[in-house]
Amino acid sequence: MAATTTAAPAVAKRRINWSSPLIYAVAYLVVVVSVVPVLYVWLNGFRSNADINANPAGWPNPWYFQNYLTVLGSDRFWGSLASSIIVAVGTTLGVAVLGIMAAFVIAKYDFRGRQGLYAVFAAGLMFPLTVASLPLNLLIRNLGLHGSFLGVIIPQIAFALPTTIIILVPFLRAIPDELEEAAAIDGASRIGFFWRILLPLSMPGLITVGVLAFIGSWNAYLLPLLIMAAGGMPQNLWTLPLGVTQFATQYSQDTGAVLAYTSLAMLPALLFFIAAEKRIVGGLTGAVKG
Amino acid sequence: MAHTTPAGPAVSAGPAPAGRSKRRAGTGRRWLEIAVFAGPALIVFVTFVIVPVILAAVYSFFNWNGLTPLERFIGFDNYIEAFNDPDFLQAIGNNFTIVIASILIQGPLAIAAALLLNRKLRGRAFIRAAIFVPYVLAEVIAGLSWNLLLSPNGFVNALLEMVGLEEWAQPWLANPDIALWVMFWILTWKYLGFAILIMLAGLQGVPEELHEAAAIDGAGWWKAQWYVTLPLLGPTIRIWVFLSIIGSLQLFDMVWVTTRGGPLNATNTMAVYMIVNGQTRPGYGSAIAVILFLISLTVALVYQRLAMRRDLGGAITRGVR
Repeated sequence: MAATTTAAPAVAKRRINWSSPLIYAVAYLVVVVSVVPVLYVWLNGFRSNADINANPAGWPNPWYFQNYLTVLGSDRFWGSLASSIIVAVGTTLGVAVLGIMAAFVIAKYDFRGRQGLYAVFAAGLMFPLTVASLPLNLLIRNLGLHGSFLGVIIPQIAFALPTTIIILVPFLRAIPDELEEAAAIDGASRIGFFWRILLPLSMPGLITVGVLAFIGSWNAYLLPLLIMAAGGMPQNLWTLPLGVTQFATQYSQDTGAVLAYTSLAMLPALLFFIAAEKRIVGGLTGAVKG
Repeated sequence: MAHTTPAGPAVSAGPAPAGRSKRRAGTGRRWLEIAVFAGPALIVFVTFVIVPVILAAVYSFFNWNGLTPLERFIGFDNYIEAFNDPDFLQAIGNNFTIVIASILIQGPLAIAAALLLNRKLRGRAFIRAAIFVPYVLAEVIAGLSWNLLLSPNGFVNALLEMVGLEEWAQPWLANPDIALWVMFWILTWKYLGFAILIMLAGLQGVPEELHEAAAIDGAGWWKAQWYVTLPLLGPTIRIWVFLSIIGSLQLFDMVWVTTRGGPLNATNTMAVYMIVNGQTRPGYGSAIAVILFLISLTVALVYQRLAMRRDLGGAITRGVR
C-alpha cells in the first residue's frame, strides 16, 4: 500500500490509475485467502485417508472418489438436505405470507394502534434468538413440537418477522394510494386490491425478504440443535449444519469422508448464492445504505 | 448476523395513510380485515418471541431444573452466582476482546480493501463474488472447515513445514494462549468479505464529482480519501461497527463447533456458557440470557447515543430501495 503513496500526486489528476498491479495484488490476495480454505476442503475430499495423512498439503494423487460416493450414497446426507430444504422453504413461505399480510395492514390501513403494532414488531429486533432460546426450547417441548420440523419452522418465522415487516412496510407505503382508489373505482374490494395489485407490485421486496429468511434458516444451528438434536429426532432428518457437525464428530478418524461431507454441505448454499447474488448483496447493502 | 440487529430507538410506521376517510363506513368489517391480516403474524410473534423473552426474565429468579414445578424463588442468587464465576467473567472478557479486535482490525482492513477495490477492475464481479464466499457459508460449516485446516496434522501445519517454518506448527485451537486469536482469525476470514461489500456499497453513494473537485483543489489520492471519502462513508462505517458489535456479543455457532469454549475457557463466550449451563439449569441459564441481553442492549444504546444519532432514523427503518 505504501507504494501508491508515492504514485498518488501524479495519479490524482487522472483520477485513479486503473491498471496498478498493486491493486490487483491486493484484490487477488483477498480472493485467495477467501477461497483457498474452501478449495482445500473440496479437493481433499478427493483423497484417501492414507494420502491425506502422508501429506495434508498435497494435491489429490491419485484422484479418489470413494469419499464423495459414500456420502452421496448415504441416507443421512439426502435426509439432511431434504430436512434443510423443508425447514428453509417452510420458514420462507411462512415469513412471506404472515409478513406481507401484517405489513399490508400497517402500511395501508388507518386505525388506532397502528403505530403500536409496528413498534411491537420493531422491538423484536432487540431480542436475538440466543436470548430466548432456553424458554423457547421448553415452550416447544410443552407444545409437543420437540423433535419436529414445525418446532424449528414456527420459531424461525417468529424471529424473522421483525426484519421482514420493517423491510416490507416502507415498500408497501411507496405504492401510491391512487392505485388503490383506481382499483376501488373499478369495483375492486380492499382484499381484491391486495391480491391483484399490491402483491404483484411488492414481489421485489418479498423476494429480498424471502432470500434473507431462507439464508438465515439454511445456516441456522442453535435452534435445530435444541429442538431436533435434543428433541430426539432421528439423525438422518437433522438439518445440514447439525448433520454435518454430527458426522464430523462421529467419523472424526475418517478425515476424507468428513471433508467430502463438509464440501457437499457447502454446495447448496454456494449454488443458491450464485443464483441469487444480486438479491443478497442488494438486500444487505440496501438495508445498510438506507 | 444482520438478523439480530436491534432496532433504533425511534422507529415509526410513518404518517397515517391518506385519503381513506370515505371508506370509514363499515368499521366492523374494517376491524375484521385488520384482525385477519395482522392477527396471525402477531400471534406467532408474541407466542414465540415475546413470551419466551419474558419467561427468561421470570425463570432467572428461580432455582429450577426445568422439570419440577417452578417454586424455588431465589431472587438475584443466579445473577450473583454468575458474576462470581470466573469462567463466566472470562467469557464476558472474551466477547469484548472480539468486539474490540473486530472494530480495530477488521474495520480498517475492510475500509482499505474497499477503497482499493472501488474502481473498474478487470474481473470485478468475480472478485466480489469470491470475497463473499466465506460469508455465504454457514458459520458451522466454516468452523468445521477451519477445524480440519488447523488440526495438528492439518493443512496449515503441513504448509508451514513445507516453507521451513515447522517450529511454528502447533495445535492452533488447542493452545490456550492463542486459541482466542485463532478464533478471531476464523471470524475475520468469515466476515471480512461482508464488511468489504458493505463499505463498497457505501462508496457507491460518494459522488464522483467530489473526487474530481478534490483533485482540482490539488488533493492527492490519499488526501482525497481521508478528507472526502471517509467522512462520507461515516454512516456505513457506523452501521457496520454496530452490526459487528452485536454479532460479536452473541457469538455462539463458530465457537460451539470448533472448541466448545475450550481449551481452559480460552474461547468461551456468554452464549456458549449459557447453553452449557442452561441445558440442566434453565433458571441459571436464563439469568445468563438476561445478562447477555442487557449487555447487548446497553452497548447498543450507548453506541447509538454516541455515534449513530444522525444515521439511524433512516438507515435501518427505511429498508430496501
